[in-house]
Amino acid sequence: MKFILLAALMLVGVAAAHADELTIAFVGRAGLVSSPYGALEAPITDQGIAGARVGIADDNQTGELTGQTFVLKHFVVSEQNGIAAVAAAIAADHIRFVVADLDEGALRALATLPGAEKFLILNAGAPDDRLREEACLPGMLHTLPSRAMLTDALAQYLVWKQWRRWFVVAGPTPADKLYAAALRRSAKKFGAAITTEKDWTFRTANARADTGHVTLQTEIPAFTRVADHDVLVVADEAGEFGDYLEGRSALPRPVAGTSGLVATGWSRVNTQWGATQLQQRFQKSAGRPMTPVDYAAWLAVRALGEAATRAATTDPDALAAWLRGPEFLVAGFKGQGQSFRAWDGQMRQPVLIAGPRLLVSVSPQPGYLHRTSELDTLGTDRDESKCGK
Amino acid sequence: MRLSAAPSSRTPTPDPSPQGGGELTACAAIAARFLAVSFFAIAAINPTIADTIYVSNEQDNTISVIDSASLSVTATIEVGRRPRGIALSADRRLVYVAVGDDDRIDIVDRAARKVIGSLPSGEDPEAFAVHPDGRRLFVSNENENRVSVVDIAAGNIAIEIRVGSEPEGVAVSPDGNLVVNTSESSSMVHVIDAASYRMLASVLVDARPRSAQFTPDGKSIWVSSELRGTVSVIDVAARKITAKVSFAVPGIARENIQAVGLVLTRDGTRAFVALGPANRVAEIDTRTLKVTRYYLVGQRVWQVALSSDEKRLYTANGNSGDVSVIDLDAREVVKSIRVGRSPWGLAVAP
Repeated sequence: MKFILLAALMLVGVAAAHADELTIAFVGRAGLVSSPYGALEAPITDQGIAGARVGIADDNQTGELTGQTFVLKHFVVSEQNGIAAVAAAIAADHIRFVVADLDEGALRALATLPGAEKFLILNAGAPDDRLREEACLPGMLHTLPSRAMLTDALAQYLVWKQWRRWFVVAGPTPADKLYAAALRRSAKKFGAAITTEKDWTFRTANARADTGHVTLQTEIPAFTRVADHDVLVVADEAGEFGDYLEGRSALPRPVAGTSGLVATGWSRVNTQWGATQLQQRFQKSAGRPMTPVDYAAWLAVRALGEAATRAATTDPDALAAWLRGPEFLVAGFKGQGQSFRAWDGQMRQPVLIAGPRLLVSVSPQPGYLHRTSELDTLGTDRDESKCGK
Repeated sequence: MRLSAAPSSRTPTPDPSPQGGGELTACAAIAARFLAVSFFAIAAINPTIADTIYVSNEQDNTISVIDSASLSVTATIEVGRRPRGIALSADRRLVYVAVGDDDRIDIVDRAARKVIGSLPSGEDPEAFAVHPDGRRLFVSNENENRVSVVDIAAGNIAIEIRVGSEPEGVAVSPDGNLVVNTSESSSMVHVIDAASYRMLASVLVDARPRSAQFTPDGKSIWVSSELRGTVSVIDVAARKITAKVSFAVPGIARENIQAVGLVLTRDGTRAFVALGPANRVAEIDTRTLKVTRYYLVGQRVWQVALSSDEKRLYTANGNSGDVSVIDLDAREVVKSIRVGRSPWGLAVAP
C-alpha cells in the first residue's frame, strides 16, 4: 500500500514538473565572431546564446507570476558535432522549439533532416532573402531581418534625405554580393540611382600594422575617384574593409551600408523606447554590448514566452498557431509591436539606422504608406512573395 | 465691451436706422442677447478657477509653466537631467519632478519658481505617485524591478518593493490603502498594500502596461497597454479584468495606436486616454465603455491632465513639442502652446 502511494506521488511529482514547462533549444556556431562594433571590440565567443539567456530570464520573470517555467538548452554545431548529431540530440530531449544562429546551408540541413518536421525553427542568424522567398522552408519563422529589409530601410532614409546617387562598393564574399544585389533592388524600389558600382579587390589588410594608415591614405582615394555621388554605400558583411572608407574617400561623402550609417535590426546605440533597460540587462549578463544576432535570438525566445503567456499553454502546436495568428505581438523596444508575416514567417519590425555612436533614424520613414502595416514597406510584401508559390 | 444689464429694460439703445418704437425694442433685445452671449463666451475663455500647469520637458531639462488664463508659458524652470514624471505635493506648495539621468526627484517651490532641494529616488526614476497623506512617494525603478518608497520628511528611501520586470505606472488609491504598479516587460499590474508593502495581487494585462489609475470610488483600476493599444478595467476586489476598451482611428495603423497616459474625472464618468503616435486623445464614457470622441492633438501625445474645474484637458505632445488645450464643454481642441522639447507630463495646480 505504502509503495503504491509513493509511486503515485512520484508520478504526480514528475507530471507536475513538466506541466507548463517550455524547453527551447538554442543552436549556435562554434568559433569566434568579430564584433560588429568595430576592431577595437573583443571578438565574441557567445553570440546568440547570450541573447537567448537574457530572453529566457525575461520569460521566467513573467512565468513566475503565471505559473510557467522556461528552460533553455544550448547546442553547438562544430566540426566534431555536425548538424545531424545536434538534431538528434535535440529530438532525444523531446524539444520542439529551436532558435538557430546558423548560416543558410546549415539551417536548411537542420530543417530538412528526417524528424525535423516536429521542430518549430526560429531563424536568428541567416539574413538570406532566398529563405523568405523561393527557397522558403515550411513553418520556419525569422526574427533576424532579411537583407531586403535592411537595404530597404537604408534606401528609405537615403531617399528621404534626397541622397539619391549612390556609389556602391561591394566586397568579395558571397554575402557581400548578396547585399549588393539587395541594394540594387532597394534602389529601384525607392527611386535611388547607383551611379557607380565597384568591387573591393584589395587583400584584407591587417588593421594594426605599424603604419597602416599610410597605405590606406593613398589607396582609398584612388579607388574611390569616380563620378560624383551623394553617398558611398558599402557592402562588407564581415566588416573587413568598410571602416577604412570613412574620412578617406576622394570626395567628402557619408558612408552607409554595412559601415557608417548602418541599417540593422539592433545596435548598442539604441536608447529609445526603453531600450536602455534591455541594453543594460544584456550588458550585465554578457559583459559586452548586444549585437543584432543576440537581439534576434532574444526576440525569438521572448516571442515564444509571450505566446505561451497569452495562449496560456506550452503545447507546441497551439503555440505555433498562436505565433502566426492575428493576435500575436511582442515588444521589441523599437517603438511598436512586432509580429510575424503570414506569407513568409518573417518578423515585421522597425529597422534602425545606426551611426557609430548614436541612433540616427529608424525606418520605415514617415511618408511611406501601406494598406495594412507600414512595417511591410520593408522587405518582401505579400503580393511579391515567392514563398509557397 | 461693457457687460451691463440688458439695455432693453430701460433706455432704448440708439438705433442707426430710423424706425418706429417696436423695431427699436426688438433691436435692443437682440443687442441684449448678444451681450449676454458674449459675457458667457468670455466667462468660458476665462474659467472661474485659474490654474497653473507645469510641464516637464524631457529633452530640455526644464519645466514650462503655463497660466490657464492667458494659455501661454509664463516661466521656464531649470531642473535636473531628463525630467519626466511630475506631480504636486499633497499641500500643493511644491512640484516634484523625477529627473531620471540624475537619479533623483527635484523639488520645485511654486512660489519661488525654482528647485529648492531633492529627494532620493533609486535609479533612473520615471513615474512616481504621491501618497495623499503627503508623507511618501512611490517611485518606479525600471532597471531594478523595484518600487522605492520615499519618506519625504526624512529624505530617504524607506523600503524597496520587489515587483515585475520594468516597473512604470504607479498610483495610490483615493483612500490611501493601496498602491498599483505596472510592470512593462512582464505585462503585469501589481496591487500592493500601502501599509505593509505586501504584494496582494498580480493581474496579467495586455502588452506593455503604462499608466494605472484608480477610479474615484477606489473599486477599479484603469490600465493602459501601450503595445496592444487597449485599456483594461480591473476590479480591485475580484482582482481580475472586467472590461477592455479598444480604439480604432480611420487611417491609423493598429501598431500606431498606443495607449499611454490616462486620467479620470472626479465623478468617475469620463476617462481620457492618450494614444501616443496616433496623435489623438480618446474620451470614454465609463458607464458604457464606449469612446465618445477622438481629439486630434499634437504628435506623440503622452500624458494628459484635467484642469481643476475639469472643463479642460491638457495634453503633452512629445514629438511636436507642444501642449494641446481641449475645451471639454465645446468638445474641441482650442489651442496649442509651444513648450520645450519632448514634453512628457503635466501637473495642474489651482
